[in-house]
Amino acid sequence: MSDGVGNVGLNIGIFAAFVLLTLVVVYRASRSNRTASDYYAAGRSFTGTQNGIAISGDYLSAASFLGIAGAIAVNGYDGFLYSIGFLVAWLVALLLVAELLRNTGKFTMGDVLSFRMKQRPVRAAAATSTLVVSFFYLIAQMAGAGGLIALLLQIPNSNKVAQSVVIAVVGVVMIVYVLVGGMKGTTYVQIIKAALLIAGAFVMTFWVLGKYGLNFSALLGSAVEASPKGEAILAPGLQYTNKLDFISLGLALVLGTAGLPHILMRFYTVPTAKEARKSVVWAIWLIGVFYLFTLVLGYGAAALVGPEAIAAAPGGANSAAPLLAFELGGEVLLGLISAIAFATILAVVAGLTITASASFAHDVYANVLKKGAANPRSEVRVARTTALVIGVVAIGGGILANGQNVAFLVALAFAVAASANLPTILYSLFWKRFNTTGALWSIYGGLAVCLVLIVVSPAVSGARTAMIPTADFAVFPLSNPGIVSIPVSFLLGVVGTFVGRRERFDAERFAEMEVRSLTGAGAEKATVTH
Amino acid sequence: MSTTGERYGSGTVYEQVQASPEFTGLRRRLRRFVFPMSALFLVWYLAYVLLASYAPELMATKVAGNVNVGLVIGLLQFVSTFVITTVYVRFADRSLDPAAERIRHGIEGQA
Repeated sequence: MSDGVGNVGLNIGIFAAFVLLTLVVVYRASRSNRTASDYYAAGRSFTGTQNGIAISGDYLSAASFLGIAGAIAVNGYDGFLYSIGFLVAWLVALLLVAELLRNTGKFTMGDVLSFRMKQRPVRAAAATSTLVVSFFYLIAQMAGAGGLIALLLQIPNSNKVAQSVVIAVVGVVMIVYVLVGGMKGTTYVQIIKAALLIAGAFVMTFWVLGKYGLNFSALLGSAVEASPKGEAILAPGLQYTNKLDFISLGLALVLGTAGLPHILMRFYTVPTAKEARKSVVWAIWLIGVFYLFTLVLGYGAAALVGPEAIAAAPGGANSAAPLLAFELGGEVLLGLISAIAFATILAVVAGLTITASASFAHDVYANVLKKGAANPRSEVRVARTTALVIGVVAIGGGILANGQNVAFLVALAFAVAASANLPTILYSLFWKRFNTTGALWSIYGGLAVCLVLIVVSPAVSGARTAMIPTADFAVFPLSNPGIVSIPVSFLLGVVGTFVGRRERFDAERFAEMEVRSLTGAGAEKATVTH
Repeated sequence: MSTTGERYGSGTVYEQVQASPEFTGLRRRLRRFVFPMSALFLVWYLAYVLLASYAPELMATKVAGNVNVGLVIGLLQFVSTFVITTVYVRFADRSLDPAAERIRHGIEGQA
């Protein structure tokens, strides 16, 4: 069972069919790509419903699907804690960020943060943190692809060359999506992927429940019997043994989502704030229901496959959902679920790449270097070139990080988003006196504290599971910096604002931003209609 | 585009609107809803995280069959998220959107 599960040809065939289908869709979408607004924001022409599905496609990464199902299968309840943080986080986006951001900005997070501040320094800071967050997220996804390949294509971990080739193929397909399709093509890829993923999880969930007469309690009982840890899998405490570390992670998860640049950028693809609201509502329902499915799938994998068989499989805990698919529906279902898992990585990586390239082209090139005088055509050209560079870096980084323990990178991306981005976004939307110095202090301060703490944490050195297990410079005891870095960044925003209190207060820009954010007056309009 | 320093109409239109009772009312209604609601769900979520960290025995207490307190509270987090979402959408549709739309039309008519 541990190796040789499923049919490699079938896995590749189904995946190739997905790539072919999406490439056709992306190509068709590309024909209406003309302006910067088309490339970055799909002409703001998606409906709230479409965008909500795309957001769930962007958000339900391989970590959500394979990671959470696997964590529940092996460690029980603690895997569930992760999904709750990921879901509740959406209320921050719904209540405080999505609509105001859509009304205020144009393409990037930097548009909102710099609206009433000094343009160049604040945009440079916003772009820096966007690139850092996207880079961590990207490397984690690409490295995760390596582990997935081990399982799905049965390329053993010893064959690094073949795994690298597959990582490169994933990267190249992603670059094609982004360059050809822009935001519109990427959005369609995410919509298709989200529909497949949620449908696949739905079928498996009811298949599993059906085996237990739709009795969830009976499923739990069977999982307890199959697990060497017994009853303990139904309660917290197996995976997170350090209480403070878990609270720190919980904070980063709940406050990070509304600061993730690739999520924020999705709100610009709809015509109005009301549609942005509708997108979040759709995303919340889809993501919430999906996490309920993973709860069943995780315990189902524990009950039907068994935690020991899962841990022994190539890919470890991540293989829980694919192994469960094989147990239920044999080679065909395994092939389908495997192709969906691949599609997941592809779609998320494409979303990250377009966000990072937009931030570089729009914030750094057009507004910092060209001082706002770049022509839109050259801006889009820079964005495409940047996307190509990021794609190559992602392939290289993914190959280098393949096999490394990079799970903490996603948690770190959330911690940076929660520390560097969220406080600055909230202050600039809701706090009148907030100024340029405050914005710079909270972005750079939050970023720096996060990065320093992670370098001196047990995730990087000093522990058996660390990235560099042979060295020990871990002076900070927690592997997630959120509990320190998030409050520090909020505080730095206040201190910086006080330090910069002599800055001229731009009452005009403040009035424009406040009125615009709440009413949508003067907000960017859709450029094309379907 | 306004992000590069140009403006729609004159800045004073926005300043006048910002000072108007209709706008300050809209801002107050929004803040009176979203700030307490955010505090509420964050406290409820943190309470859950703290319970999971410091009271695992309580969480392991059986409620019905193999379903324990931890699972019930966890599922209640899903329920509260769905409920807050629905309540906010109704609130925004009724109490925010009509005023926001009136103000927007007022400004865009002048600009």
